[in-house]
Amino acid sequence: MLRLVLRRLAWSIPLLLVATMVSFILVAFLPGNTARALLGPNATEAQVAAVTEQLGLNKPLWEQYWQWLQGAVHGDLGTSLISRQPVTTLLNDRLEPSLSLIIGATLVAGVVGVILGIRGARRGVLGKVVDAGSIVGLAIPDFWLGLILIAVFAVQLAVLPPGGYVPFIDDPGLWFTSLVLPVITLAVPATAIIAKQTRDAVSTALNRSFVRTLSAAGVPDRSIVYRHALKNAAIPILTVVGLIFVGALSGTVAVESIYSIPGLGSTAVQATSAHDLPLIQGVVVYFTIIVIAVNLLVDLGYGYFNPRVRQS
Amino acid sequence: MTETSAHIETALTPAEPGAGSGPHPLRRIFRQQPVGAAAVVYLILLVLAGLFAPVLAPYPPDQQDLLDVLSLPSASHWLGTDTLGRDVLSRLLYGINPTLTNTLIALITFLLIGIPMGIIAGYRGGWVDNVISRTVELVLSIPAIIIVLVSIAVFSASPTAAMITLGVLAAPGLARVVRGATLIVREELFVTAAVVSGVRPLRIMTSHVIRRVAGPILVQASVFAGIALAFQAAMAFLGLLSAGDRPTWGGMIADGSQVITTTAWLIIPPGLAVAFTVLAFGLLGDAVRDLSSADETTTAPPRRRMPATAPTGNQSTADLTPTMAADGLLDVRGLTVTAGSTTLVSDATFTVSPGETVALVGESGCGKSMTALAVLGLLPGGVHTTDGAVSFHGTNLTAGGTNAYRAVRGSGIAYVAQDALGSLDPTHTVGKHLTEIIGRHEKLTSAGKQGRAVELLQQVNLTDTDRVLRSYPHEISGGMAQRINIAIALAGRPELIIADEPTTALDVTVQADILQLLRDLQQQTGMAILLITHDWGVVADIADRVVVMYAGEVVEQAEINTLFTTPRFPYTAALLAADPSTAAEGARLPTLAGRVPAPGNWPNGCRFAGRCAYATDECTTGPIPLMTVQPGSVTRCIRVDDLVSEGALPQ
Repeated sequence: MLRLVLRRLAWSIPLLLVATMVSFILVAFLPGNTARALLGPNATEAQVAAVTEQLGLNKPLWEQYWQWLQGAVHGDLGTSLISRQPVTTLLNDRLEPSLSLIIGATLVAGVVGVILGIRGARRGVLGKVVDAGSIVGLAIPDFWLGLILIAVFAVQLAVLPPGGYVPFIDDPGLWFTSLVLPVITLAVPATAIIAKQTRDAVSTALNRSFVRTLSAAGVPDRSIVYRHALKNAAIPILTVVGLIFVGALSGTVAVESIYSIPGLGSTAVQATSAHDLPLIQGVVVYFTIIVIAVNLLVDLGYGYFNPRVRQS
Repeated sequence: MTETSAHIETALTPAEPGAGSGPHPLRRIFRQQPVGAAAVVYLILLVLAGLFAPVLAPYPPDQQDLLDVLSLPSASHWLGTDTLGRDVLSRLLYGINPTLTNTLIALITFLLIGIPMGIIAGYRGGWVDNVISRTVELVLSIPAIIIVLVSIAVFSASPTAAMITLGVLAAPGLARVVRGATLIVREELFVTAAVVSGVRPLRIMTSHVIRRVAGPILVQASVFAGIALAFQAAMAFLGLLSAGDRPTWGGMIADGSQVITTTAWLIIPPGLAVAFTVLAFGLLGDAVRDLSSADETTTAPPRRRMPATAPTGNQSTADLTPTMAADGLLDVRGLTVTAGSTTLVSDATFTVSPGETVALVGESGCGKSMTALAVLGLLPGGVHTTDGAVSFHGTNLTAGGTNAYRAVRGSGIAYVAQDALGSLDPTHTVGKHLTEIIGRHEKLTSAGKQGRAVELLQQVNLTDTDRVLRSYPHEISGGMAQRINIAIALAGRPELIIADEPTTALDVTVQADILQLLRDLQQQTGMAILLITHDWGVVADIADRVVVMYAGEVVEQAEINTLFTTPRFPYTAALLAADPSTAAEGARLPTLAGRVPAPGNWPNGCRFAGRCAYATDECTTGPIPLMTVQPGSVTRCIRVDDLVSEGALPQ
């Protein structure tokens, strides 16, 4: 188990390197004067010169990357071109809204999806509903679903705020209501996927021979489904929950923008529109670290559910 | 069942070339995959609508009418007008082209990188495969969306750059699928002469692989097209893609979102357009996946069609059957088990008395295990007991339904399966198995359960009980697992254990130990055993009485000695003669030609008639009931008296 975790941690270093390198390589593709291209035609010569200096654009690519990397190792991800604030300061403030949203959506989708999946694995009609729901749930664009939820619950019924974010410390009640719609938006497609995966995995487990042995020994169906089949189905379910978490992370880009939540995703959109390269580069690092952390948790989960992994 | 037969029938149709009367292939696909076909039709119509948008659209996409803004659907504007009074339908039609073009760019990138990458990795193997596989793993762990955002920032919102980046980042997923298929094809190629004959291998590889994995590639392509389309709609919605002055679906949703408080309608048409198109790609992928797995069924040897009606002569003979023992612990009468319209076991009748060991014998596929599972009420899905009765201690379980079976499972009747290790839940320790089951039968404290678990393990002769209790199934051997299964079976102090080939999957050296254990336990506890086996050595070793099954019915039963010395059914006689442990030494071992007829193909009369050397016309005219030959012995052979007097069966 320890070896598994160490290997995953070792793996995260090349992952971070490649992810960040890609953006530097993309910048190198820019034709002509990079700083001018980034700042647009209306920038003054002085601004262009300043950005060239700040990003080290007059140096060779590998040197630019090396320079950035040295800073990154010491926790310095550069300064935002637009707000002039350190990237880490900016992004640390954005972590709480994004994590509240992603964790909330994963929890809701996980609980609802697993319950639906278990019931669908046993009952014919609900199983078909889960199958159909997984196709439809995936087809609905999250940003569009978000707009419809706003139109219905915030505008027509006026029961929930149409957007904005209240930090937990300021007011837990408002924090909760500000998250309801965005969490549902992210959770709907995620629930569909988790329900489908759970249904498939639990029905597979229910067809294994130990189920018959347990039934024959007098173990009731409820215990067989929840204590045995579900535990055996946990690994594929956990895998998909991990993917859902990463998917929700990507989903913040659109969903935070719709609900005006100041998180990592909406910041990435603003930084993209403003050509704020150091800031996007920072988001790349944050996103990748979150993905690594989730994968690590999923690995630990594998160990919990599968004794073989735990002992390896 | 009729559905299955229809499916097999249609799947086989194309295999017959020149079947003039057969449906057109397209019509066949429509019939098999109506949803997938509808998705294809939708996508084709969409492409056409995009191409002919200038002709179809009632208005130019940018024609404003500031006097008629935000109108709802009407005769002149079928889908209403937007914030600038532009016709929504026209903009939707003009938006098809850029939407699909962008999707296509991502898709082509995806295929151009993914397919060669997968083929090279699978074909070259070794370090090349290693490097590519590692890269695949690495790239797939990078959050794609944020890299695309970087690309959008760098390339001034160019949709082409964004879609190429998306294609590049997703391609490793395709490469992984193609690599897997390539590996399989390569193995096959090396055994064929194709490579040896000097044709350039990589070329064969490519054409072979692409033909072979066309299905999976289409599935992947279709799923990815949906993702790419939704993705570019999201980017357009966020205003991150420059579209010039052409309308895009995502952009239209963004326009609509500006006035969501007053006219929510505007987001509906473009949103549905995105959802339907993504849905069409998803359904297309599902249909292709189903079709390629159906093709595999087609190439498999054709299955015999099952008859649509149940075999005749199905009426239960339970009441006519001679009873073996009035004080039976288990009484099975006229038990009939069916899967859909196919009968698997018909009219099985036998009893087990307290403390007795009864062997249920027969070749594989003659319904022994189904009979055992029916006794426990644990038949697999789709298989049901349709006639007859299983009574335990005089209680009719069949009539009592699920609850009656539940009441006896574990405490009255216990079960030991063939697959010793597979019978244990891999995620629970041996101790957890035992304590849970003990807890179902006795009210004990957790220390009490622990003590009882140790006692059970000692009962099945396992030492080092502490270590065994802590072990997971993957840490123990098959023989030990079977002892644990027996301990589990004993946990409810049952009066009858049904053991379904408990030693077949074990090492020969362990088999004898397990049989000895069962025999010892029987002596200690006085429980009865119903042992299912096809091994006469085991039967001779342990059984008091034998029930012989053939093609789903009981054909003979008798005391062990009677059966071995004077079998009264030709099948039993043939089985005994074919058994090495009872055959005469030095003589050539006779074999029984032919096979047990499959369920659904049973003949009307004696089911063994087709393989029986003594069959006559009277054997095949109608169903034959069980007949008493002497007290305690029954047979289903209609010619039993003739055969004995002719000397075909021993006196």
